Amino acid sequence: MADTPMVAAHHVRLGSNSGQSMTRKDGLAKVTGKANYAADNRPEGLLHAVFAGASIARGRVTLLDTKAALAHPGVVHVMTPENTPALSQDPDEKTTPFTARIDVLQHNDVRYAGQPIAVVVAETLEAAIEGARLIKAEYDEQPARIGFDDGEAFTPEAVGISTPPKFATGDLEAQRKQAASSVSVVVETPLQYHNAMEPHAVVAAWDGDKLTVDMPNQAIGLAKPGIANYFGIPAENVTLRSPYLGGGFGSKAVLFGPQMLGILAARELKRPVKLALKRDQMFGPVQHRSATRQTVRYDIDADNRLLAFEHQANVSTSSFDNWLDGAANAGLSLYATPAISVAHSGTRFDTGTPGAMRAPGIATGSAVIECAIDMAAEKAGMDPLEFRLHNYAEKDHSNGKPYSAKALRECYETAANAFGWTDRPPKPGQMRDEDGLLTGWGMGTSIFHAPFFPAKARAVLRKDGTARAETSGADMGQGAWTALWQMAADGLGMAADDIDFDIGHSDLPDGSVAGGSAHTASAGGALFAAGNDVIRQLAEIATKDSDSPLFGAGNERLIGENGRLFKASDPSVGEPYTAILERAGIDEIEGQGRGNRDKASTETYAMFSHGAVFAEVKVDPDLYQVRVTRLIGAFAAGRIINPRLAKSQLTGGMIWGMSFALHEEGVHDKRTGRPLNNDFAGYHIPVLADVPHVEALLVDEDDPHVNDLGVKGVGELGITGTVGAIANAVWHAIGVRTPRYPIKIEDLLKGAEALKA
Amino acid sequence: MALRISLNINGTEHGVDLEDPRPTLLDVLRERIGLTGTKKGCDRGQCGACTVLVDGRRVNSCLTLAVSLDGADITTVEGLADGDTLHPVQAAFIQNDGFQCGYCTPGQIMSAVGLLSETGGQASAEAIREGMSGNLCRCGAYAGIQDAVLEAQANIAKAGKS
Ligand code: FES
Ligand code: FES
Repeated sequence: MADTPMVAAHHVRLGSNSGQSMTRKDGLAKVTGKANYAADNRPEGLLHAVFAGASIARGRVTLLDTKAALAHPGVVHVMTPENTPALSQDPDEKTTPFTARIDVLQHNDVRYAGQPIAVVVAETLEAAIEGARLIKAEYDEQPARIGFDDGEAFTPEAVGISTPPKFATGDLEAQRKQAASSVSVVVETPLQYHNAMEPHAVVAAWDGDKLTVDMPNQAIGLAKPGIANYFGIPAENVTLRSPYLGGGFGSKAVLFGPQMLGILAARELKRPVKLALKRDQMFGPVQHRSATRQTVRYDIDADNRLLAFEHQANVSTSSFDNWLDGAANAGLSLYATPAISVAHSGTRFDTGTPGAMRAPGIATGSAVIECAIDMAAEKAGMDPLEFRLHNYAEKDHSNGKPYSAKALRECYETAANAFGWTDRPPKPGQMRDEDGLLTGWGMGTSIFHAPFFPAKARAVLRKDGTARAETSGADMGQGAWTALWQMAADGLGMAADDIDFDIGHSDLPDGSVAGGSAHTASAGGALFAAGNDVIRQLAEIATKDSDSPLFGAGNERLIGENGRLFKASDPSVGEPYTAILERAGIDEIEGQGRGNRDKASTETYAMFSHGAVFAEVKVDPDLYQVRVTRLIGAFAAGRIINPRLAKSQLTGGMIWGMSFALHEEGVHDKRTGRPLNNDFAGYHIPVLADVPHVEALLVDEDDPHVNDLGVKGVGELGITGTVGAIANAVWHAIGVRTPRYPIKIEDLLKGAEALKA
Repeated sequence: MALRISLNINGTEHGVDLEDPRPTLLDVLRERIGLTGTKKGCDRGQCGACTVLVDGRRVNSCLTLAVSLDGADITTVEGLADGDTLHPVQAAFIQNDGFQCGYCTPGQIMSAVGLLSETGGQASAEAIREGMSGNLCRCGAYAGIQDAVLEAQANIAKAGKS
């Protein structure tokens, strides 16, 4: 795109909006109930659709009896594979790396429990729910494979979206020969289900071959052509609206079967249709985090330096698609390790296909790595923090690249001081509180890569001195409505309040995916560049206008700030934007932008956000119940656009870490393959009483290379490090490490018994 | 079995025709009356997203059959603010960043309003943590939620004294 200007040189100075802890732009809408989520839409003539899910995990539907459902008052239609038209694109075809194989009533095979086998459409929600309950199915059932011991491990072609499954550098065996000792640990992590509070939903309305879809989506630019392909219409016929997402965590980035079924039902019946998943339906067709069985080994020399790092992960995926969590890639760039060898294998479970879930790969892998590092520290007779500093990576040992910026030392120091780490007794079981609870302290290192996506944005300056800025973007809670608005305002050199800001629908320039913790940098960079493009055009007009005080200043650096353009060398020489436009007789100036990461930087530097998390737990000495009483983290993630929102993202991530360590586990019945705990009574996530004190501190970091604005992400960083910190704190309290997450009372009891014996 | 009930919602009388007794208060609010501020997170009383006040007490509207509420006073998140003036709990949620995605927020706010009236403005931080634990927040906005409820309690007390 030759006409799309790049942001100028390193390091771009942002204006006065960025860096401020503004409250959320969408706050008023969200506290008054006016924020419009997908399922809140009620177009005229709306029908309600509810799907019936398979009650087996593997096999075939041999008979589907829809009579009772059709006879239920209010039911207008039942879709089954028999009467459902073929989609224009085979839903088992993977047209892009982001396409998931989905189930849209195109066949009778059952590949996981809860897979849609029929859709009931009715005049009322109550009738649709009852109709779905009345669907009777008979099956030819095959035994379900749930668990690593039920299937053969295979070597996958890739993990994550496209990362190689194996990596090695250095001479592992040679390093091991020099080792004085080693530690090795095997830990399992369970299936975890995203469970955004807002269940996946769609409201679809057709007008001829034009389609309007209300659907929470993290990647509007991908979803729009994706939907168009399935339904055989041009992409421009699809309008996708997603102004607010009730959480996403990775699970709203790709298109799923149930939502496509809602769109299909609307086309069949020529009326708008709403289909919202019930909570129990969130445990099948809409992704989850792979279960893993991991082995981590570190070899250490006599000076307590890490010599070799080996990480193997067996990772679950589905029987019919290939998304595997990249757990064994989590430690590649973490500590100073001369030799590295990591490898993944996969095992097929009869579940839905996994997908990216908050900090994919890194959360899972670092949960085990941080325990191994603490075990190595213990073996070395060193304090866990001292040991991590002793093995601090000054470069990325997987590729020899320097870090673009790494303020991890400062994070360790800041968080340790805030926590009071220096008083920690080295041996476990030494601390009791006034109630007699065993108290333990643990820590972990947080790391998350800093990717960058090619987002686009547009900005328009109007002659009345107001402006408009827009990109498709997505706010799933991270604060895009606010942080991106601040960056757009700085690009235009204006106060945020003077800018109409719009994100969250498909008529806007493609803001790329809100994922990988890259949205603020990518979409924000684009908005900033779009504003800069406006200013550039404005400067061109002013410097050629003999009536402007800036006339002839074409070679000078001009700055736009507070709606005024002036000389950098002499701020008194300048004039308001409105004066320039007024004289030129121009109604508005439109600028286009996309963010920029220097190609050479990408090749030269390793780019990560970092952090350190310290945890205090209390363990009941009789019941082995664990409570996290304090969680304190410090994080360095380049330039922080809005500290208030960044802290919320980080503490939210830390709570996810707590959830991983102590609460979450998707349990499937070994015989039927059905999820056993597919509701919030059985699938535990933390509540407020579980979180008495969580705190995120921000550490200044200037990253001149990561992108023009020096912005990195904070959405996923907090979960990494926290899981291990809690496990290490539990060990410090009672001297027990458990072989699986979440840490369970029965495993602690067993460990404690073994200690006594 | 057509039924007609009357609900006083946020100060306005609504006559609601029900073709049978199945509709929950939540679905009546959202799908029939069009008050969609109240959210559905689980539809079975496990998440609190659907919390509203019925005759001043907080209830999970997904667990309440509308037909059982003929004549009741119902307050939803849409009815809290006084014109442009936010309820102290709403204002405190914005100020303390007591939400991220905002989906649990109407329920959190209604629950907080109910809790503060139950405890007569005397709730300790611990009592707030316990009393708000029926409201799940998957985003993990709990630090802000706790601070927001404490701040709202203090502000309500201040306003009461002045
Ligand atoms: S929707 Fe009512 S408690 Fe979850
Ligand atoms: S703010 Fe997203 S669930 Fe609470």
